[in-house]
Amino acid sequence: MADPKIRIVDLHKSFGPKVVLDGLNAEVAPGESLVVIGGSGTGKSVLLKHVIGLLKPDSGSVLVDGTAVETLDNRQITEFRRKFGMSFQEGALFDSMTVWQNVAFPLQRLTKMSRQEIKDRVEECLSMVRLEGTGDKLPSQLSGGMRRRVGFARSVAHKPEILLFDEPTTGLDPVTTALIDEVILDLSDRMKCTAVTITHDMESAFRIGDRIAMLHRGKIIASAPPEEFRRLEDPRVQQFIHGHAEGPLSEDT
Amino acid sequence: MPGPVENYFEQIGRFFLMVGRIFAWTPRPPYDWRELLRQMVKVGVSSMPVVLLTTMFTGMVMALQTFTTLRRFNAESFVGSLVALSMVRELTSVLSGLIVAGRAGSAMGAEIGTMRVTEQIDALEVMATDPVHYLVVPRVWASTVMLPLLVVMGNGVGIFGGYLVAVVLMGANPISYIDRTFQFMDLNDLFSGLIKAAVFGFLMAAIGCQQGFYAKGGAEGVGRATTAAVVVASIAILISDFFLTKILF
Repeated sequence: MADPKIRIVDLHKSFGPKVVLDGLNAEVAPGESLVVIGGSGTGKSVLLKHVIGLLKPDSGSVLVDGTAVETLDNRQITEFRRKFGMSFQEGALFDSMTVWQNVAFPLQRLTKMSRQEIKDRVEECLSMVRLEGTGDKLPSQLSGGMRRRVGFARSVAHKPEILLFDEPTTGLDPVTTALIDEVILDLSDRMKCTAVTITHDMESAFRIGDRIAMLHRGKIIASAPPEEFRRLEDPRVQQFIHGHAEGPLSEDT
Repeated sequence: MPGPVENYFEQIGRFFLMVGRIFAWTPRPPYDWRELLRQMVKVGVSSMPVVLLTTMFTGMVMALQTFTTLRRFNAESFVGSLVALSMVRELTSVLSGLIVAGRAGSAMGAEIGTMRVTEQIDALEVMATDPVHYLVVPRVWASTVMLPLLVVMGNGVGIFGGYLVAVVLMGANPISYIDRTFQFMDLNDLFSGLIKAAVFGFLMAAIGCQQGFYAKGGAEGVGRATTAAVVVASIAILISDFFLTKILF
């Protein structure tokens, strides 16, 4: 296997007395689409924020293309983040800006595109998530699902190498979910992007993942390609896949 | 959990870190003039009516109170000097600072706090944009410039309010009132008031932004940040006023 694009080594993170990540190890190969599943509050978002350097680990390391993220200073991290596109749970759109300005923002900040190129790219991204013609609206005028799609369009606008998606489809209707899944697949297949997606939605996890990893108590407890993952015998995995209320996962919450 | 003492020092530490970041980022391009202008309008123009109303009535009340008192000593001709000096040196800048902290400072705390809890600040960072540079710097400098301008107008209106009460209501001689108003005042009095105003503007905006910046815990956290923005800024204004007065006179 080629050198991993992202490599996480023995990552520890606590907030006060609460241990969130407890010696987490993971690797993502170039062009691979990794899906991370796990219950609420198991630190999935915290994991993503470490990869992009929004949080610093208590100990351990996150290596992206061989560079340790936590050692970068402010100026280097700005450069480093050009590689990434990240979409946030609720979209995190700037609510003082229109949809158009939101999607154009990373292009203005991260690229040297001309005004016309930016305009074309924004149109392209908005049509990709089927939101043509909403450019002049403010985020507050959109539904939750539409906001999510705009946030998604914004995260891929500058054609990043690595995509991080924090629950891109949670709370969306099945049709839109399938649409977002398709876009993720398209990006990782056609653009050869490396993608890390966090989700609760097992159906979309099986659809978009080249590999699925399950996070539990701050560690990756299982990691396998979708078909294999479905057959894993770990009772915690089985409980999560089938969504049973009773089982090993329910005992320690 | 950290106790109240740790919490107190943490707040102070964060404030100075924020001030450091503001100064570090201010000279760096890109300069967002449009945003600066937008914030100046927001801080200055929207607070103008309430600042003018307050200073007007403060001037009027001062004249009313001092006129009756000073008349007992046949010194009512000094009302003009008294009103003008107290307004210009002290009252206008402190009152305007407190009012703008309540209006604009709280809005900054709420706005930036909301951006924090909805991950908009994370999103800015991810898109290679420093949130202090993008959000805090224009707000702080807009306030630092606009508060002195508000104070200039507040001074005029306050003195005019005093004149109205003394001359129209209490029947003082208009010529000697105006004479007395400017007799003991020099440019230093005016400038010291304006310097105070600039410092108050900086403090209240930096505190408002800082409170929002570290907000956490959803809507409740934003509420706390907004309240703290006003309370802490007001205290900072009152305390720094004492030391500024000590230094400037």
